[in-house]
Amino acid sequence: MTGREIENLIKLLSRLPGLGPRSARRAVLQMLKKPEMLMLPLADSLRATADAMTTCSNCGNIDVTDPCHICADYNRGPDIICVVEEVQDLWALERGASFKGQYHVLGGTLSPLDGVGPDDLKIDQLINRARADEVTEVILATNATVDGQTTAHYITERLIETGVKVTRLAHGVPVGGELDYLDDGTLAAALRSRSVV
Amino acid sequence: MTNRLAVSRIQLSEFRCYESLRLSLNSTSVVLTGPNGAGKTNLLEAVSLLSPGGGLRRAKLGEIARNFPANPDGETRAWAVSADLETPDGAFQVGSGLDPAALAQGRERRAVRIDGETKRGQASLGRVCAAVWLTPQMDRLFLDGPSARRRFLDRLVYGLDPEHSSRVAAYEHSLRSRAKLLKEGKGDDKWLASIEDSMVRHGIAVAVARADLLARLSRAGTMAVGPFPAARMALAGDLENWLENLPAVEVEDKMRAALRDGRSRDGAYGGAIVGPQRSDLLVWHDAKGQSADQCSTGEQKALLLAIIMANTRLQTKARGAGPLLLLDEVVAHLDAERRKHLFDEIVALGVQAWMTGTDRALFEGLDGRAQFFRVEDATLTLETTP
Ligand SMILES: [Zn+2]
Repeated sequence: MTGREIENLIKLLSRLPGLGPRSARRAVLQMLKKPEMLMLPLADSLRATADAMTTCSNCGNIDVTDPCHICADYNRGPDIICVVEEVQDLWALERGASFKGQYHVLGGTLSPLDGVGPDDLKIDQLINRARADEVTEVILATNATVDGQTTAHYITERLIETGVKVTRLAHGVPVGGELDYLDDGTLAAALRSRSVV
Repeated sequence: MTNRLAVSRIQLSEFRCYESLRLSLNSTSVVLTGPNGAGKTNLLEAVSLLSPGGGLRRAKLGEIARNFPANPDGETRAWAVSADLETPDGAFQVGSGLDPAALAQGRERRAVRIDGETKRGQASLGRVCAAVWLTPQMDRLFLDGPSARRRFLDRLVYGLDPEHSSRVAAYEHSLRSRAKLLKEGKGDDKWLASIEDSMVRHGIAVAVARADLLARLSRAGTMAVGPFPAARMALAGDLENWLENLPAVEVEDKMRAALRDGRSRDGAYGGAIVGPQRSDLLVWHDAKGQSADQCSTGEQKALLLAIIMANTRLQTKARGAGPLLLLDEVVAHLDAERRKHLFDEIVALGVQAWMTGTDRALFEGLDGRAQFFRVEDATLTLETTP
């Protein structure tokens, strides 16, 4: 139907979450109709972002600077660290704009069935950060999945030696629900009414 | 709003022998008659997949696709079941199938949609639909190992307590996780303890919910109805013993300690030394005082049916509607008196039963009270409907 380059573009786009082959086809068609307005700026933006992107060596967030703009923001309090599984969870919490502390991205959950252990996650880094004097509280905002809850339990045990206060997001996070799927109001409420483990 | 649970429309695509099928139904029961291999049980399986779990065949997702087994370069097709349900909580549109997006990436994952919204986990299905079945594969339920009996019991619990399915899934997930760590000799103490904590919380909740159902069934005191034998039931296992004799907090500590102490044994032999996966459902023919496995095949089937009907009565009272009853090749094994009683009770309780058989005449007692379809070569023809 179309040339190889276009088919390839459709194929690549359809691998993005939320885009099936049909919507990828529609997106490509839209770009082909307006190359100057959409396609070239998108290509430039993709290239620039790919060149600049980096993982924050402090918290694990993905950004274009290291430390990331959250870690570098002096308006944010240093005393509370919110622990999330993935960058998408950090973004979900930031979307709600109700949390003004630090983050720590684990990079997943403990999952023996997928071969993921403590050494595969940024848990040692978290323990180190929690030892700092200015840190008074660690909020565990892992998902309400079985692995997410087990990971929270494990981190709680590991944090005992640091003496820091450990809290969990309040109920209202549905079982098996992932943070990214929650609306901002629910997330903010869960954060406000967190409870000590 | 209705005081029943019923399928008012069901649509299959690429499902077993059905390339596509569309049925509009009223809320009365559905009788499917036709030769063996015509597609009757496949339709029951489709209905069973509207409730949590892997359906009445417990098939792998890919096996359900119409072109299974696919030729080497053929792609598995994304099968789907979609249905409109009438429930006491209102009408719902439910979809269940092989997730096409995951399939495109070479993974097989169940997709669940309710009212057009994608749901995570199957517990959400349990909140809108319950189904209980009796199939020829269950003829050996009392003779085979205890796992099938536990599954049977858990399915009854789902109907009263939809969260039970997510607890069972969470427990099994943690059980498998721990077994893998122990086998590989990898887990440190804190990691194992975290997994065992999950097993304790979910495992005890599973055992309590099962015991609660048995207690409610025996309190209902209506196990024996008409010509069906009364069943007496009990759960046997360490966890059940502890729960009967100790406060729940102590049971938690005891189970946690047993798991910690049992690690080397469990690492060597697999499984876990304690937990709801070690319990067994014991059933007796009450009048004869005989264990179910000692009864004749016919009496065993009658006992199972008696338990299912007692549960249906209980659930109708407790939740405003009984489950969908899927009775595959059951009616042919009942004498005229039991058939009549079963039909009358299904109609009286207002449940939608889906029944199959080769002999149309055996279902005469439901004439004018159920929808009759003739099934041949994966094609359904409506014969009569009330
Ligand atoms: Zn950072």
